[in-house]
Amino acid sequence: MNPTRLMTTTEAIDPIFMFLFGACLLLLIGITAAMVFFVVRYHRSRAPEATSDNNGNLWLEIVWTLLPTLLVMAMFYYGWSGYLSLRNVPAGAMEVTATARMWSWSFSYPNGKTSPKLYVPVGKPVKVNLVSEDVIHGFFLPAFRVKRDVVPGMKNHAWFVASKAGSYDLFCSQYCGTKHSAMISTVEALPEAEYAAWLQEGQGGTGKPDGKKLAEEKGCLGCHSLDGAPGVGPSFKGIMGRSVLVVTKGGERTITVDDAYLKRSVLEPGADLVKGFPPIMPTIPLKEEELAALLEYLKGLK
Amino acid sequence: MTTLKQPKTSFWNDTGKTGIASWIFSTDHKRIGLLYLYSTFGFFLVGVLLGLLLRIELMAPGRTIMGPQTYNAVFTVHGVVMIFLFILPSFPGAFGNLVMPIQIGARDVAFPRLNLLSWWLYIIGAVLILTALFIGGGAPDTGWTFYVPFSARTTTNVSLAVFGVFIIGFSAILTGLNFITTIHRLRAEGMTWDRIPLFTWSLYATAWVQVLATPILAITLVLVMSERILGTGLFDPAKGGDPVMYQHLFWIYSHPAVYIMILPAMGLISDIIPVFSRKPIFGYKMIAFSSLAIAAAGSLVWGHHMFTSGMSDTAVLVFSFLTFIVAIPSAIKVFNWVSTLYKGSISLEAPMLFALSFILLFSIGGLSGLILGAAATDVHVHDTHFVVGHFHYVMFGGSGFAFFAAMHYWLPKFYGRRYAEKPAVVGWALMFTGFNILYFTMQVLGMKGMPRRYYDYLPEFANLNLVATIGSWILAAGLVIMLVNLFRGLLWGAPFEGNPWGGATLEWTVPTPPPTENFLEEPVVTHGPYDFKGTGKP
Repeated sequence: MNPTRLMTTTEAIDPIFMFLFGACLLLLIGITAAMVFFVVRYHRSRAPEATSDNNGNLWLEIVWTLLPTLLVMAMFYYGWSGYLSLRNVPAGAMEVTATARMWSWSFSYPNGKTSPKLYVPVGKPVKVNLVSEDVIHGFFLPAFRVKRDVVPGMKNHAWFVASKAGSYDLFCSQYCGTKHSAMISTVEALPEAEYAAWLQEGQGGTGKPDGKKLAEEKGCLGCHSLDGAPGVGPSFKGIMGRSVLVVTKGGERTITVDDAYLKRSVLEPGADLVKGFPPIMPTIPLKEEELAALLEYLKGLK
Repeated sequence: MTTLKQPKTSFWNDTGKTGIASWIFSTDHKRIGLLYLYSTFGFFLVGVLLGLLLRIELMAPGRTIMGPQTYNAVFTVHGVVMIFLFILPSFPGAFGNLVMPIQIGARDVAFPRLNLLSWWLYIIGAVLILTALFIGGGAPDTGWTFYVPFSARTTTNVSLAVFGVFIIGFSAILTGLNFITTIHRLRAEGMTWDRIPLFTWSLYATAWVQVLATPILAITLVLVMSERILGTGLFDPAKGGDPVMYQHLFWIYSHPAVYIMILPAMGLISDIIPVFSRKPIFGYKMIAFSSLAIAAAGSLVWGHHMFTSGMSDTAVLVFSFLTFIVAIPSAIKVFNWVSTLYKGSISLEAPMLFALSFILLFSIGGLSGLILGAAATDVHVHDTHFVVGHFHYVMFGGSGFAFFAAMHYWLPKFYGRRYAEKPAVVGWALMFTGFNILYFTMQVLGMKGMPRRYYDYLPEFANLNLVATIGSWILAAGLVIMLVNLFRGLLWGAPFEGNPWGGATLEWTVPTPPPTENFLEEPVVTHGPYDFKGTGKP
């Protein structure tokens, strides 16, 4: 491996895990061994009477206060120094913004491209700016030992560097409701050239946005099914022309789903809420042509 | 209760009143203690049942027996019931009430009627929480931590459940006040501070935490209600609020609450180990002092629940440091307990088996707590199954096993009948085995990166989850054996008389079961709580 290569977060944290687990294991073995030995050696069948009524020893108390103190201070120090390496982003890191919402991830890159998976080039440190559109989520990359809460209204970040190409799990770690455990994605680490190609793909062209892709990427399908099954929100199947009971400003009315209703429901999700569903859909920023493509797609769903 | 054939000299019948009203309106600390025991332990069984359902759901990826919304409600209710309706009130409420006044030579607590009110407040709170499950938007799905903004937005019935917890908080505050006053004012002649049994010492430290920390929980919960009902926006960034502030307020109470749960357990262990080793406790003063140190330092470590929340790095530095400080008094206790065994005469009866396994399980929980206290390693395991395993080691392996030890140690004294030894040991062995299979596996899952509160998981976690679920069945089997044995023994078992374990504390000097005002004549204390020579016994 290249010796000048950046130290990854995993390489910074794992030795601390080893040290802590090692020390804890030694202590546990010591305590257990002493306990088991005493219980066997001084069992009433072997020791019908207690052979000591020693009820304390100042020196022992001092020793077993000071030694653990030194040990835990060492643990504290290593823990803190490792934490700093998670916080301090190396110079020249590439910036990506992760947007979390109930219950999907969206990653946007400096050139404006967005994707539901986090694509990164191998060997380049990545600073991830964390933005939440609703409740608190957690950005967790087990393989990189990185985790940071995604708090609405707060600027949070995390950083990592992938030293090998591959696909790594990305979890939401802070409980956020019904589909918390489905709020997972992956980090796709690509060799530099492949990454550059991916980043340009579909950019700058004149191609119209794809409604189906948008529905996936913006997280719509996390709550609205395509097969008629009820989810957190109403199903998209055959939505156009369907007659639904909605709650508007506290009053109920029956309407038929048309162009105007669809558009309003995307732009102002709580305005005409289908009865029986929770008012939890966030407003999702869409460009004019994206909205048009999305509505076109929804209308075609039979 | 009335079917018990007790001599007409015990608190079961010596007042001549045995009807239901004579129990639920009794001011006798022993009857109130048993009311707490029945009610808190009843909720414990509910919590166990919910926990088993969670494990069945998790035994394979995808849907097994319930949908995600139900799962989220079940783990929320499991946490709320276990923490607010079982562990927090059970030790002070049940065994604190039953034993503490007798241990210090008092006829009752300082404020018997306030004591009864505490139990009623607990019951009212519990009824409100149960009501919240079945009316309105349904059972809360926020987790027992009620984190905003989610808890302010969810359509489930959070407000009522939170109000129930609020009421139960008053029960804890009043019990704390009552115990502090009792221990200060009602000690028998000769019961100097250095002769107070360590169980009572630990209740004293606990009571201060209850009095000082619980009001903060109450305030926090009122703020959550006002957030939901009035839309005050204190925690809503869109209205200039701060969701992380909620977490500070919540943990300022809820971390010390962990010590409300574990301190009495530590005190009980400090009482049992010397009795079954026939040897004075090693380092009495250090154990008593470390209870106070834990109560004090433990009040300043709440931020270690928030290392990834976005709070400042300086705060992470300070809270990580203080967290390691609080590890020291816990270590001191463990070393003193183990040293007490040295050159003793150890008898491995059921209470002692539970007490010794407490030391082991609590040590595993405490040591895994060091992994969580170190900032660097916490980041990886925070909000994973590692944390779930860790706190079940401390709360269930610690407080829970200590509670079982107390049931085997003290309940025969109050029922006048004993359980069979062999099934008790079999039950203990099964629980100990199942416990470790269940929760150690969880810690491994957490290291591998499985987040907590996950309804579904990736295939890579499937095998270990199956192992954990099988562990939960072994644990449950042991629990059933223990309960059936206790139930049969305490109702119909052989008579339990005198002082068969050879304890030197005052509760072993009163008749079995004790009469209503405990002592036939005012006791005068002439020796320490672990001075077995002074008792005339071994």
